[in-house]
Amino acid sequence: MAIPTIIGTETEFGISVKNAKEQDPIAASTLVVNAYKSRNLTSVSWDYGQESPLTDARGYIAETGTIQIDESNNNVINDILINGGRYYVDHAHPEYCTPECTNARDLVIYEKAGELILEVSRLTAEELLLDNQEIIIYKNNTDYKGHSYGSHENYLMSRQVPFTDIVDGLIPFFVTRQIITGSGKVGAENGADETEYQISQRSDFFEKEVGLSTMVERPLINTRDEPHADSKEYRRLHVIVGDSNMSEYAIYLKVGITSIVLQLIEKGVIGNKFCLQNPIAAIKTISRDLSCNKKIELHDGRKWSAIEILQEYLTLAHQHLTQDERTPIVEDILEKWDFVLQSLKTDLLSMGQYLDWVIKKKLIDAYIERHGLDWTDARIRMLDLQYHDTRPEKGLYARLQKNGHVKRIVTQEEIVNAISHPPTDTRAFFRGTCLRKFGNDIHSASWNSIIFNGPTGFDKIMMDRPHFGTDEIVGELLHTCTVDELVNKIKADCN
Amino acid sequence: MPSEKQQEYRDHPMNEKEEIQTNPELDESVDELTDDLETLLDEIDEILEEDSEEFVENFIQRGGQ
Repeated sequence: MAIPTIIGTETEFGISVKNAKEQDPIAASTLVVNAYKSRNLTSVSWDYGQESPLTDARGYIAETGTIQIDESNNNVINDILINGGRYYVDHAHPEYCTPECTNARDLVIYEKAGELILEVSRLTAEELLLDNQEIIIYKNNTDYKGHSYGSHENYLMSRQVPFTDIVDGLIPFFVTRQIITGSGKVGAENGADETEYQISQRSDFFEKEVGLSTMVERPLINTRDEPHADSKEYRRLHVIVGDSNMSEYAIYLKVGITSIVLQLIEKGVIGNKFCLQNPIAAIKTISRDLSCNKKIELHDGRKWSAIEILQEYLTLAHQHLTQDERTPIVEDILEKWDFVLQSLKTDLLSMGQYLDWVIKKKLIDAYIERHGLDWTDARIRMLDLQYHDTRPEKGLYARLQKNGHVKRIVTQEEIVNAISHPPTDTRAFFRGTCLRKFGNDIHSASWNSIIFNGPTGFDKIMMDRPHFGTDEIVGELLHTCTVDELVNKIKADCN
Repeated sequence: MPSEKQQEYRDHPMNEKEEIQTNPELDESVDELTDDLETLLDEIDEILEEDSEEFVENFIQRGGQ
């Protein structure tokens, strides 16, 4: 049975302090996240009680380690946002997670709002540094020296879908979708074959087909089974094989077409039709094929290009999505999916206003031509990095956007509004509105819980259904009740 | 002497006015890149971090997920 679409992304940002005596990314990340937190009046902790990152979708709990949480540090490194998202220090990177969204367009708005939140934090934090020091934040996935950091997507799925169907249906899609979703990278990493330029930032880092790890030997399918929701009914597909996108168009298509492919998997119409002979080799081959035409071998000996494989998925979408499922946004995504594949086939450079890897490639080609450089020149590597610089005056993508050189999906007004307003149609509405209205009465929160600090002790409200807690369901209650009335009403309803 | 790649780049001028099929509601007017390419490259020359060599060498991250 189809379940409502719920999607969210997590972005880990690169960070550096210009003119610092010594680089300390953990201190810099903490400074930046705290700078934003200091703007809030309340101090709400993260409820780690709801997390289980070592539970494996294949049905067991990993025994290789435990997650150590230093509770005294909780408040310093965590900020739960009034837009329903989360902003915190993950390892040595600032990380922003969007609130739960019901469609790809909203997701673009909330992911882009995260970039503005980082920029506000950066400016606030910089006031604490020496005059000649400057914080630089990059929305990319690598330092080009073998250290990668992620851009993850999350999709709510029905628990009833067999995990093998997910693996078989998704691997060929993940290996090929990079021709739409790649952000482009100069050079190779992680022992992969040398190349001047490749389509994806992350493809060199994938070494296994399926696995639990996200830090080493990264798998195409991550098996982390931590639904942040009713685990009997749902699973959360945690996708780690994607690039951070600057292009709104690329973000929109990335989560849009992936949601559609997951619907097809839920319907059982993909099976093992497109299974590849060697997906780990193929993801690197495709990343290096700037024509997008190279054929890769399927398990049954057929040889198809990335464009042809994605075209097959699109055809299945046209055949199997019902009228109800074809919402205006889904319809728009299907059209753009087709348009991009046709363009990649016939006039690849026309994608230089749409897709990050082509936009970046055109910029670098022009720069190389102007200055007579070759691909190994430091200025070319600088140009690659600075494409992802989040500062509006320095970031190359930001400049392109400002000058109208790239296609947009949403408006700047929508993005600014999303900094302080949650989506209205998921539980993020309940979380964000409670934080805004009752922040001083909340002890901690997580994706599926809020712990209120009431006169008689702590009251924990669970939110195990991501598509509940909407404006339609709880809006009036939230707008008319005091915090005690709200908690008592919800407790009474639950009993 | 332009390289093969540079020649290929010239053979695909970006100012070819092609009709692009996109959703008109979501579409905003976009200037063609080549019209302002020179201006853009001037801008990049201005804002590209100085000491690129040192800058990219020193950009080292711990890495994450």
